[in-house]
Amino acid sequence: MDLYEYQARDLFEQYGVPVLPGIVADTAEEVRAAAEKLGGVVVVKAQVKTGGRGKAGGVKVAKNPDEAFEAAQAILGLDIKGHVVKRVMVAGGARIAQEFYFSVLLDRANRSYLSLTSVEGGMEIEQLAVEKPEALARIEVDPIAGIDAAKAREIAVAANFPAELVDKVADVFVKLYEVYKGEDATLVEVNPLILDEDGNVIALDGKVTLDENAEFRHAGHALLEDKDAADPLEAKAKALELNYVKLDGEVGIIGNGAGLVMSTLDVVAYAGENHGGVKPANFLDIGGGASAEVMANGLGIILGDPQVKSVFVNVFGGITACDQVAKGIVGALAELGSTANKPLVVRLDGNNVVEGRRILEEAAHPLVTLAENMDQGADKAAELANAA
Amino acid sequence: MTIFLNKDSKVIVQGITGGEGSKHTARMLAAGTQVVGGVNARKAGTTVLHTDADGNAVQLPVFASVAEAIEQTGADVSIAFVPPAFTKDAVIEAIDAEIPLLVIITEGVPVQDSAEFWAYAKEKGDTTRIIGPNCPGIISPGESLVGITPANITGKGPIGLVSKSGTLTYQMMYELRDLGFSTAIGIGGDPIIGTTHIDALAAFEADPETKAIVMIGEIGGDAEERAADFIKANVTKPVVGYVAGFTAPEGKTMGHAGAIVSGSAGTAQAKKEALEAAGVKVGKTPSETAALLREVYAAL
Repeated sequence: MDLYEYQARDLFEQYGVPVLPGIVADTAEEVRAAAEKLGGVVVVKAQVKTGGRGKAGGVKVAKNPDEAFEAAQAILGLDIKGHVVKRVMVAGGARIAQEFYFSVLLDRANRSYLSLTSVEGGMEIEQLAVEKPEALARIEVDPIAGIDAAKAREIAVAANFPAELVDKVADVFVKLYEVYKGEDATLVEVNPLILDEDGNVIALDGKVTLDENAEFRHAGHALLEDKDAADPLEAKAKALELNYVKLDGEVGIIGNGAGLVMSTLDVVAYAGENHGGVKPANFLDIGGGASAEVMANGLGIILGDPQVKSVFVNVFGGITACDQVAKGIVGALAELGSTANKPLVVRLDGNNVVEGRRILEEAAHPLVTLAENMDQGADKAAELANAA
Repeated sequence: MTIFLNKDSKVIVQGITGGEGSKHTARMLAAGTQVVGGVNARKAGTTVLHTDADGNAVQLPVFASVAEAIEQTGADVSIAFVPPAFTKDAVIEAIDAEIPLLVIITEGVPVQDSAEFWAYAKEKGDTTRIIGPNCPGIISPGESLVGITPANITGKGPIGLVSKSGTLTYQMMYELRDLGFSTAIGIGGDPIIGTTHIDALAAFEADPETKAIVMIGEIGGDAEERAADFIKANVTKPVVGYVAGFTAPEGKTMGHAGAIVSGSAGTAQAKKEALEAAGVKVGKTPSETAALLREVYAAL
């Protein structure tokens, strides 16, 4: 889960990372009040989970509350790469002497952690990595040892911080690692980390990604979730503990196992090329060992998507038993009655397949077609979506 | 031959008394696996009743620790069905006991825990091969199953399979059920896993009975790209590939914690191109991939 800048700022503050004061606001009036409270020069910053907001006009400096009000009017509602700004942070102004970059993140390839540090901050890090790789210190961080004071100094020296700044920035690196470790993050990034004209090191903008698998040991993380921004169907699916992602197409997809469902999306998209360009409407993994109830819940979500024109159920029963899937389909259709009005193509193989197919054949629901295999099922579902 | 697991492997189950542990102990025994006991510190000294492949009742002893289980049974493989919050401790216990092979089925392990136990395993001299977490485990059909893969899809044969995904492993075994498999390994879909595509490819290359290899990847990370480099330099046997997630949008996690396209990194297209550049034929769909495998196998 990616956090908003203001959420990252709050976490930083909790861990003693130096940050500027910041007040979150949802209207231009609130922004004016926040600017009055902070006093002096403020910066109004769009809160969106995407980069490049400065270039898009999402960050504006305001010398007084009236200017802050105007800035908020310009920023709220702005579309930045498909993210509409609903909230801004009013931050205190800083007199920047120098900008740096620091991040610590999960390094999948090396199954370890990695810190990236540069004395040339403010630039997009991807750009810096390509254009001036020598200016970016890449130091592996041992997941057990972490970043202690000595490691932090090693990082600062490797990144060519001037001697008089090493201890100062190292202290901040240690605290940022405490955020990473303490919050089960997979990324903590500060860009820019600044030195102000009074010699203070301050984290001016932060990006934090939290590991959703670790939510069980962080009661507060659920509160950071962006409930408003989630698609209503995604929110409903999450409440039912279904692994669902809304997509743009017309063919609803249900399968078991992340890999098989991803593969099903591809196969349906290829089949769609022959049927008017129809595409998958969603990703839905009912998981291993799904019961009839889980199957029925999944079908309920998908049939509730007005964009869906047909549904493809693709199950290879490993732990999941095909008869349970079949029962779930029959049960859901009975429960939905006349509100179920979209054709279903069902492919079953594996565990208890004979019984599963028998149940569906016996029910002989007019909306259900049985497919022989994955390719044929995808083709049929695409054809039906295109015809609808 | 098989890789990593054979009929002589003696297997213990960490979490044998839990719901999943109990269910899959029964399935592994039915598949012919030599399950010799389990671990649960709170139930040490008791036994659990199961039925072996011949239909005979077996009382499996429950031990206080992996070390004790190894000492008493000579076990050389452990499989962990332990809830995510306790997985790290279970893995460290198995590493400390120097079990040669550890399969972690558990889904939802915090990735920092995986990073820590991996670092710990290396520090301890890499004596334990780890498969997973969040994986279906490993099967050498006709010999042994340590995992949750259905044992009856197909039998022994000349194909080696390594996959990030469980159900795609089953699907591919089903597509190629007439040929059969030496060993099929699901390495798991988490960002940090123990055994990688490369480890499995190296082992299949060295195994005389594996004649051709199927490698299944998915979006996220660059494991497939690195596997492609490895194949180019080290694998002489034919490899066919499949990558799931061509139509996955950027920034959306597709079920597996590791299956996410971020920016230009981790796309299925990039993986396909890297594999093809290494001489690997890549199918667009599972069925096409199976057809490609038949082609290269027939040409041997």
